[in-house]
Amino acid sequence: MLQIISLLVENKPGALMRITGVLTARGYNIESLTVARTLDPELSRMTIAVDVDPTLRQQVIKQMNKLINVLQAIDLTENAAVAREMLLMRVRAPLEARPAILKEAEIFGARVVDSSVDGFAVEATGEPEKLDEFVDVMRAYGDIEVTRSGMVAVCLEPRKLRLSAPIPKLDNYVGDHLAKGVLNA
Amino acid sequence: MSNLMSGSQILLECLVREGVECVFGYPGGVMLPLYDAMYEHPMRHVLVRHEENACFAASGYSMATGKVGVCMATSGPGATNLTTGLVNALMDSTPVVAITGQVPTRLIGSDAFQEADTFGITRSCTKHNFLVKTLADLPRVIHEAFYLAATGRPGPVLVDLPKDILQGQTHYAPVSSIHLPGYKVYADGHAGQIRRAAQMMWEAQRPLVYAGGGIVSSNAHNELRRLVELLDTPAVCTLMGLGGLPSSHPNFVSMPGMHGSYAANMGLTHSDLLIAVGTRFDDRVTGRLSAFAPHAKVVHVDIDPSEIGKNRVADLPIVGDAKRVLVRLVKALEELSPQYSSRSAEARRDWWRQIRDWQTEHPLTPEISTSEIKPQHVMKEVDRISGGNAIVCADVGQHQMWAAQFIRFNGPRLWINSGGLGSMGFGLPAAIGAQFACPNKLVFALVGDGGFQMALPELSTVVTNGLPIKIVVVNNGYLGMVRQWQELFYNNRLCAVTLDSFPDAEKLAGAYGFTGRTVESPADLQSALEEAVAEPAPYLLNIKVCPDENVYPMVPAGGAISEMILGPPQPVAVS
Ligand SMILES: Cc1ncc(C[n+]2csc(CCOP(=O)(O)OP(=O)(O)O)c2C)c(N)n1
Ligand SMILES: [Mg+2]
Repeated sequence: MLQIISLLVENKPGALMRITGVLTARGYNIESLTVARTLDPELSRMTIAVDVDPTLRQQVIKQMNKLINVLQAIDLTENAAVAREMLLMRVRAPLEARPAILKEAEIFGARVVDSSVDGFAVEATGEPEKLDEFVDVMRAYGDIEVTRSGMVAVCLEPRKLRLSAPIPKLDNYVGDHLAKGVLNA
Repeated sequence: MSNLMSGSQILLECLVREGVECVFGYPGGVMLPLYDAMYEHPMRHVLVRHEENACFAASGYSMATGKVGVCMATSGPGATNLTTGLVNALMDSTPVVAITGQVPTRLIGSDAFQEADTFGITRSCTKHNFLVKTLADLPRVIHEAFYLAATGRPGPVLVDLPKDILQGQTHYAPVSSIHLPGYKVYADGHAGQIRRAAQMMWEAQRPLVYAGGGIVSSNAHNELRRLVELLDTPAVCTLMGLGGLPSSHPNFVSMPGMHGSYAANMGLTHSDLLIAVGTRFDDRVTGRLSAFAPHAKVVHVDIDPSEIGKNRVADLPIVGDAKRVLVRLVKALEELSPQYSSRSAEARRDWWRQIRDWQTEHPLTPEISTSEIKPQHVMKEVDRISGGNAIVCADVGQHQMWAAQFIRFNGPRLWINSGGLGSMGFGLPAAIGAQFACPNKLVFALVGDGGFQMALPELSTVVTNGLPIKIVVVNNGYLGMVRQWQELFYNNRLCAVTLDSFPDAEKLAGAYGFTGRTVESPADLQSALEEAVAEPAPYLLNIKVCPDENVYPMVPAGGAISEMILGPPQPVAVS
């Protein structure tokens, strides 16, 4: 089973690399990764689905929490959470197949977002397994091309976010030693 | 104060504010603005002869003092040369700030001359790293770097500074505060857990303190000693923790692990409670994990939550700074003492008898011969001169293990070595850093003939700066530790381990303008060392030791620590 990790991270260059570094250093393959800004534009929310040995899941979470740019990393694998994925699909199909395609799309709750003589572009969201099924069905109707967003998840239980307070800097000014010319005589 | 300053001047000002007295570095193109600012600044800059050694020296400086060590290198090759030193500091939790130059921001990513992706390359070599792209961020980033390096679990932090940042001018105002909202340090330890730990400790029959480098880095040596004495427990200190409890302390057993003593490893194997503080259950200590301390419950105190339960499940985890936790733990133990101490004294008597039996059964005794110099004999003599008080900077290999076995350290920050990374070439530059930090202390660079030659260029740094380091080369003519493994585990098929053509020590040192001497007879060993130490200048002693000595006890890789090879195979009588 995939581990689903939700992270709240500072929106800083390199943050993504540090987080994936925890996984790549152990040779884990990332199944999906999504990231976007939160209401606070300085922060991003990230959802990672990754194949981690179950005995090491907690270790991975701890190592991510240790990263300076990570405000919170939580394991959603066994927690109350909702996970969804979005899919965009281009279907090329002969005219006579079109009504059936529209019917299937409707059954899966997908929306047509573009239509042309060649076929449709449809958009669907849902649980990843549901989208797998949708892809399987649509394949029967013709040539398809699929782009998936990867999983986004939200934890259903409130989590306390513990942040460190600012550290005053002026009062620990210790740098008089050089002005006194003790060194470099 | 708000005046127009260059990025370089601001950087130096921030270093001064952080209490930096000296930096180890090597200049280059993009660093010219900084070195130009240093021209008229009182900051002491030590020019090393290779950037790797700048980082090793900064580490030695830091390990000897507890302060943050600082190193500098230029972009590209300068920065890549730093990486081994950075990983070394990361593995041994040494607080180091590395400043690297970078090509101007507008050229980043264009394969500019001497450009390397330092920010990317050093991501996994550091606790954290920064690339400064706006001059206004510079002072804040520098202070954040020092804060991150020194607090929590200490480690290396790198700041990459493009040339235009070093050159740019701005109005400087001191930073009033820094904010790292995601940097969580849990220093105090959970009060309830501490109370429960104290109870477990009193109730244990065969408790054993297993102390690591965290004792040294958090200056918890006095508290550790108090705890050990209160409970009257035996204590083992890891390679990084040596000196955390004085070697001469009656409760100190020795180092555990692959080359630990029989008593230390048997103690771990039979203990019913490990009091593990500031240590990470490294594979070189535990051997085969499933057979490590199989009867023990574990109290694990560590500042880094990700260390707890990483290798060994902790029955009672305490996340916190070793010193702060031990202060409260000692208090909790004292409070419970009237209830337990008489009962526990009785249990302890049996435990101690057992430990002493193991010690006498297979003591750690240095081999000594009158016909050739045994490497252990060198350690014995260095130990005698040091009396537990000198700083000993070791390199990596057999000599390092013998030093850890046979040289005593009466306090922390005297034993300086590369533990986690095991990086050859560390000893001499680390000694340079340590001698700068402690100009009046006796500092040994105790190195192998292999590692010494990796650090050879630093001899001129030693001489230029008049550092009276005693360089003791334990010359076995081999990459000894590798030879030992080839002998024991690869049918003695020795491949690429012979070190021929070691230079004449007298001529080598003479070429640099100091004294060197080769010692070949055990009868000369003591006087040669005394002569070296008496000299108020650097001294190179090339000690030719017997080439085929192996380090024992030895736990073969992947073996249980209770299954040690205790010595060379005994000759079998042929009938
Ligand atoms: C940079 C580096 N390269 C290779 C090694 C592997 N290695 C470990 S010990 C050792 C031999 C060291 O030889 P020497 O310095 O002569 O010390 P000795 O073991 O003989 O005391 C080697 C090659 C290492 N630890 N570090
Ligand atoms: Mg050697």
